[in-house]
Amino acid sequence: MNPPDFIARHVAALPKSGIRDFFELVAKLKGQDVISLGVGEPDFVTPWHIREAAIFALEKGKTYYTSNLGLIELRRAVSDYVGKHFGISYRPEDQVIITVGVSEALDLACRAFINPGDKVMFHQPCYVSYSPSVVLAHGHAIAVPTYAKDNFALTAEALRAAWQPGARMLMLNLPCNPTGGTCTREQLEKIAEFAREKDLLVLTDEIYSELTFDGTHTSIASLPGMAERTIFLHGFSKAFAMTGWRIGYACGPAPLIDAMMKVHQYSMLCASIIAQEAALEALLRGWDDVLRMREQYHRRRDLIVRRFNEIGLKCHSPRGSFYAFPDVTATGLSEKDFATNLLTSQKVAVVPGIAFGENGKGHVRACFATSYEQLIVACDRIERFVQKK
Amino acid sequence: MNPVLKLLLEGGSLTTAQMASVAGLSVADVEQHLEQLKKDKILLGWRPVLDLSREAAAGAAVRAVIEVKVTPERGGGFNRFAERIARFDEVESCYLMSGGYDLLVFVKGPSLQKVASFVSEKLSTIEGVLSTSTHFMLRCYKEQGYLLDGGDAPTTRLNVAP
Ligand SMILES: Cc1ncc(COP(=O)(O)O)c(C=O)c1O
Repeated sequence: MNPPDFIARHVAALPKSGIRDFFELVAKLKGQDVISLGVGEPDFVTPWHIREAAIFALEKGKTYYTSNLGLIELRRAVSDYVGKHFGISYRPEDQVIITVGVSEALDLACRAFINPGDKVMFHQPCYVSYSPSVVLAHGHAIAVPTYAKDNFALTAEALRAAWQPGARMLMLNLPCNPTGGTCTREQLEKIAEFAREKDLLVLTDEIYSELTFDGTHTSIASLPGMAERTIFLHGFSKAFAMTGWRIGYACGPAPLIDAMMKVHQYSMLCASIIAQEAALEALLRGWDDVLRMREQYHRRRDLIVRRFNEIGLKCHSPRGSFYAFPDVTATGLSEKDFATNLLTSQKVAVVPGIAFGENGKGHVRACFATSYEQLIVACDRIERFVQKK
Repeated sequence: MNPVLKLLLEGGSLTTAQMASVAGLSVADVEQHLEQLKKDKILLGWRPVLDLSREAAAGAAVRAVIEVKVTPERGGGFNRFAERIARFDEVESCYLMSGGYDLLVFVKGPSLQKVASFVSEKLSTIEGVLSTSTHFMLRCYKEQGYLLDGGDAPTTRLNVAP
């Protein structure tokens, strides 16, 4: 037997993430003075009081499994937090589940709600895991394009144009990785109307919501008639700078959370108790840290967007997230060549937009979660690169 | 708020040109903001934050904190004492405190003897000073926001991530 023959067909057919290729390329330049705008996580370390709470939990001997749904104290805190910041009310007892990051929550939802062959709509460019998560659950992923002319907001018209019979679920990520795109309340209302009309379950990944710089964030789950058909996914990775802790949560109607819990129970059992204790501290006393970090991201966003436009790379101002998504077509290069040549000649890493799907063509993703000093130098190098072109 | 003051409060050490870049101002604008802050006596000056336990930085390495009790004066309160004490070169900082004593004075000197004689000859002899209690600093762990052991290890963040 040839070992690859053991691999399930749907896994064998799944392409590796485009991010992976680029990661290898950057890794080759190890030891050189590379400034990376290719990351997808905060540069801040988790605030000390949160780390200290985890140490304290260990000292107290908190080393056991928790209930499948997660510590009730944490679920209560999640319920309060989501109520206060998003205006949605979930019962901690049966409408909240603590997961190993939004990543696990996403996987649980796909496995719990997709029948083989079901169609799932998602907007693209998007986070690299969306389409694979659907495919791994034997679903069929339908990409709905978003466009630079709309600042990458998802429009109901694009949804209608892409809709196919058999669509059961719609995945949203606003603010969006990699575009920073968001929707206004009016746009969301139209999307909600579309979801109700087509009877879609909505999966909304709002992991960047705290990092909204202009105006306030609205969750689709808070719109009338939506909570009953929406699974709200959120976590601690971005706003609380807790990527390595692997902790997040999902909220939704009790029967749906219960279905996700079944998959979780037989696969993950529970999220790490140490991460849960840290997350509790983050929710109870971490808001000032969120604001402090957001203020810096905000300033960095203004800096990088201004510089990209000065350099001649057209860049909309992302309303949220920590990604800028400039159009590099003016250089005459494809996004891949732009990223590769920029890396080899000026030692700045950005991610080619195509890694986030076909609709990311012509763009690169530049993460501005890095220090002012580094950002300034990176922009100067990009300017040199573009001028030499 | 003055945009330059905001950046200063974040505690980084950006050059004028970097501040200009971050705030979206010209270098001349930043300089003018800094001038204004000085004029308004908000920005008093610049000092390096040093690890004084290191040989190279140890010029005057003995530091002490002194709790001072005084009898407040009619009319002047504590201000006259505080302003008078603050003027000594040995005094780095001086605060009026609530609680068990009145003034908290941070002093620095080239040797233990020098600091001790400052306390016994200058500070405690000021009329109205009731008592002093001197605490010598043995070891510093954090200096004005900077951890002396360097804090977190160098970042292990991946260069490319989803
Ligand atoms: C849109 C989006 N969803 C989910 C995740 C994963 O989040 P977590 O760390 O909570 O698993 C990321 C991380 O990059 C993301 O950008």
